Amino acid sequence: MKMPTKWKRLTALATMVLTTALLSGCSNMMVLDPKGPIGAQQRDLILISSILCAVILVPVLIMTFVIAWRYRDKPGNKSKYTPKWEHSTKLETIWWGIPIVIIGILAVITVRYTYATEPSKPLESANETMVIQVTSLDWKWLFQYPEQDIATVNYLQFPANVPIRFELTSDAPMNSFWIPQLGGQMYTMSGMAMKLHLQADEPGSFFGSGANFTGREFGKMNFEAKATTQEEFDAWVKQIKSESPALTLEGYSKLAEQGVTHEQSFSSFPEGLFNKIVNKYASSHQHGAKTEASTDKQEKSEKDAEAADSTADGQEGHDANHAGH
Amino acid sequence: MFEKIKEFASEFFVTGDPLIYGADVGIALTLISIVVVLTYFKRWGWLWREWLTSVDHKKIGIMYIIASLLMLFRGGVDALLMRTQLAMPDMQFLEPEHYNQIFTTHGVIMILFMAMPLMFGLFNIVIPLQIGARDVAYPFLNSLSFWLFFWGAMLFNMSFVIGGSPNAGWLAYPPLSELSHSPGVGQDFYIWGIQISGIGSLMTGINFIVTILKMRAPGMKLMKMPMFTWSTLSSCITIIFAFPILTVTLALLFLDRYLGAHFFTLDGGGNPMMYINLIWMWGHPEVYIVVLPAFGIFSEIVSTFSRKKLFGYKSMVFALMSISFFSFFTWAHHFFTMGSGANVNAFFAITTMIIAIPTGVKVFNWLFTMFRGRISYKSPMLWTMGFIPCFVVGGMTGVLLSVAPADFQFHNSYFLIAHFHQVLIGGVAFGYFAGLYYWWPKMFGFKLNEKLGKWAFWLWNIGFYVCFMPQYFLGLDGMTRRVSSYGWDMGWGPLNLVSTIGGFLMGIGFLFQVWQIAHSIKFMERDTTGDPWNGRTLEWSIPSPAPVYNFATLPQATEQDAWWEEKQRREQGQKPAAQPPLEPIHMPRNSGIPFIKSFCWFVAGFGFVFDWLWIAIPGLAGVAICMLIRSFTYNTDYYIPVDEIKRTEAALRGSV
Repeated sequence: MKMPTKWKRLTALATMVLTTALLSGCSNMMVLDPKGPIGAQQRDLILISSILCAVILVPVLIMTFVIAWRYRDKPGNKSKYTPKWEHSTKLETIWWGIPIVIIGILAVITVRYTYATEPSKPLESANETMVIQVTSLDWKWLFQYPEQDIATVNYLQFPANVPIRFELTSDAPMNSFWIPQLGGQMYTMSGMAMKLHLQADEPGSFFGSGANFTGREFGKMNFEAKATTQEEFDAWVKQIKSESPALTLEGYSKLAEQGVTHEQSFSSFPEGLFNKIVNKYASSHQHGAKTEASTDKQEKSEKDAEAADSTADGQEGHDANHAGH
Repeated sequence: MFEKIKEFASEFFVTGDPLIYGADVGIALTLISIVVVLTYFKRWGWLWREWLTSVDHKKIGIMYIIASLLMLFRGGVDALLMRTQLAMPDMQFLEPEHYNQIFTTHGVIMILFMAMPLMFGLFNIVIPLQIGARDVAYPFLNSLSFWLFFWGAMLFNMSFVIGGSPNAGWLAYPPLSELSHSPGVGQDFYIWGIQISGIGSLMTGINFIVTILKMRAPGMKLMKMPMFTWSTLSSCITIIFAFPILTVTLALLFLDRYLGAHFFTLDGGGNPMMYINLIWMWGHPEVYIVVLPAFGIFSEIVSTFSRKKLFGYKSMVFALMSISFFSFFTWAHHFFTMGSGANVNAFFAITTMIIAIPTGVKVFNWLFTMFRGRISYKSPMLWTMGFIPCFVVGGMTGVLLSVAPADFQFHNSYFLIAHFHQVLIGGVAFGYFAGLYYWWPKMFGFKLNEKLGKWAFWLWNIGFYVCFMPQYFLGLDGMTRRVSSYGWDMGWGPLNLVSTIGGFLMGIGFLFQVWQIAHSIKFMERDTTGDPWNGRTLEWSIPSPAPVYNFATLPQATEQDAWWEEKQRREQGQKPAAQPPLEPIHMPRNSGIPFIKSFCWFVAGFGFVFDWLWIAIPGLAGVAICMLIRSFTYNTDYYIPVDEIKRTEAALRGSV
């Protein structure tokens, strides 16, 4: 096919404009503009797999258009017509072979990355891992900082360059904890404490969301995740400690009721609240609805709950033991 | 007393939304006008005798298609309402609660009450004709399947005006779908609507497997079957393994809601994650159930309109069967982010990628069927050409999603939404449209107007890309599915607006199709040949529309593309083989039982939805009585005498 030079130039120009527009657009997109090691690896993987797919996609698209044009039914079309040609072992081997090879390569890469970015695996870092316990509620987020003994609602703050272990659970329908610029999401499920390790490489404010549908106001479960320097973080903790009220058990049950709320901060939270939330559902495997009337029973049920918790931990496997602490 | 009635009515009927009041009026006017027209033209008897009680696969197929196009309209309106709400940031068009209902019903309707019946409609129209049979294996069961689907769909759609729609998403994950979070009747409409029609789907699967395995024309070996028949077989095999899982899962959810069981609740030892596993064990095969027949349709069309034999027949069959096999081993890729660990995720990532291989091979084989052919771009081929690039891109984004660690960033985002709409619209909807245009003359005896069809095609095709390409980028920019509004600060406004425009372009495309059908009924010429596209398979060897018995004498089909080879021989001057003498044809009798029995199921379902046993029990009793009556009905068949066959054939073929 010969194209006049004018057309060639025009198409070249159009391609250039389109590519620049796309690329400049893409670099602003959260997932393609990561600010942490996990997000960066996932971005790399997205780009690698896209290129591998493009290797097969582009020729197929070109072939489609060329064949569709060349063999159209027009009087005087001189291209070959072989109505009975229906099989060629050589050709068919080629196009069973090409996808097998590409998928083979992609499978190897995928498996490597799957183990490398396994969310429960601690991140390697000179800094010690910090723990934040995340609970999704209807329709808000509760973040507890066990090491600092503070809690926040609907916003997160943590130091940059420090690996964070998010422990995720839910006291409501399953949601999904997602900060796209730091890395992929993880479900928050009641009765379980999932682990997701993330880290911000630089200070900044990142968009976080509840990605899984949980009912009426689930769209309002966006939150800000702010990474600061260690000093700023310490100052912030101090400020919360001195200025904010404490979160009580009654306060928590109020918070857990359905509804939306603004950002909140708490200078402390009831001891073992996170485990209580997890065990509330984990324990129900052993016995049914709890009766609040009898303190004896309650104590017993809590003991059982602890036992259940330890087995649950055991099942979660080796990763818990490596968690840096 | 009056107060009581008023209070009851305000809970019974959905109130408070002007959009729904508008729809109420529309529904009432439509129903009244249907009744008036039928009464005025004295057509009630005709409707009952010719359609509602018919066991003729061709008529059942047409009824499936009409019902599915109506559902396409409703699902499409849902889609446009959603796109309108998302067009701009902070839009105030729909309340979150209403939005949740709409995306739930949109999903359920498009998959279960649009794609499935359209597919069954095409099975019904085509399969018996294509394999040279006079009906399906179980005509009575076939009619029952249709009416179960119909009344199930009606029950589901009723929730729109009575009681309230379900709003827990199209797969109704618990605990959101449990009594604790959805105390209303919407979720019960969901369970009963799907259960009733689901039984019909399972029976259709069985029916067509038996039809294909047992009723092929003499000489038609399995490896000589037309590709659409193969794809139907693979789809039906998938149905009979997948649909029981759905039935059991929804039955367990029903027990949770109705009897207070704890299969999937948060408390009492229930496990919602179990539901998510089970529902996707059905849900993933389900998407292959609907896409495999589309592959079959494209194979028929590519070969017919390239005037060339299908390339790589054996590869195609092997690809179909391996897709339906592997479809059962990929379900966990819908929740890589559940934290099952690297081993599980790696396994399901690889099984998912494997499906790309046979699918890719099919694309190559279609391309090489066209290669060195002579391609004429009539409507069916146009949709096929729209399909190939669209599906290839959609398949590739599917491969990207299967890369488990990357999926942590795609999951629940608009990237996912764009992907599955690309394969479901580009693959399934375009495929069924292509099939509809292709077999329309066989159903009704005239083609659809090409010019209006071209408008519809380009509007759908361009609209598709305008609507869904921006959504990939929205997903990469962190926009999650099912949010009913977003702020100005997110920067998602422009792409969403573009996407909405695309959605409306597709809507206009649909209007063009309606116009095209109306226009063609009035103006298109009758096709007297029975073979308007120069077809290759047996359905084109008989007049259009086919007579009630399909084939006066059963055809011999010893080759692939039997009708094409026959035409080649005739062109070379060979005389057609002498036809055996006509014999009386054994046919099934019409029956009103499927309609009445399914209606009784509808009544029973309605009773269970509202927990009114005084309605549910008579409904179930009706079902039992219908079964008894059928068990003692011996007069279920009759013979068409030779004279009548002669008369019919002369009338149909006389004008040729």
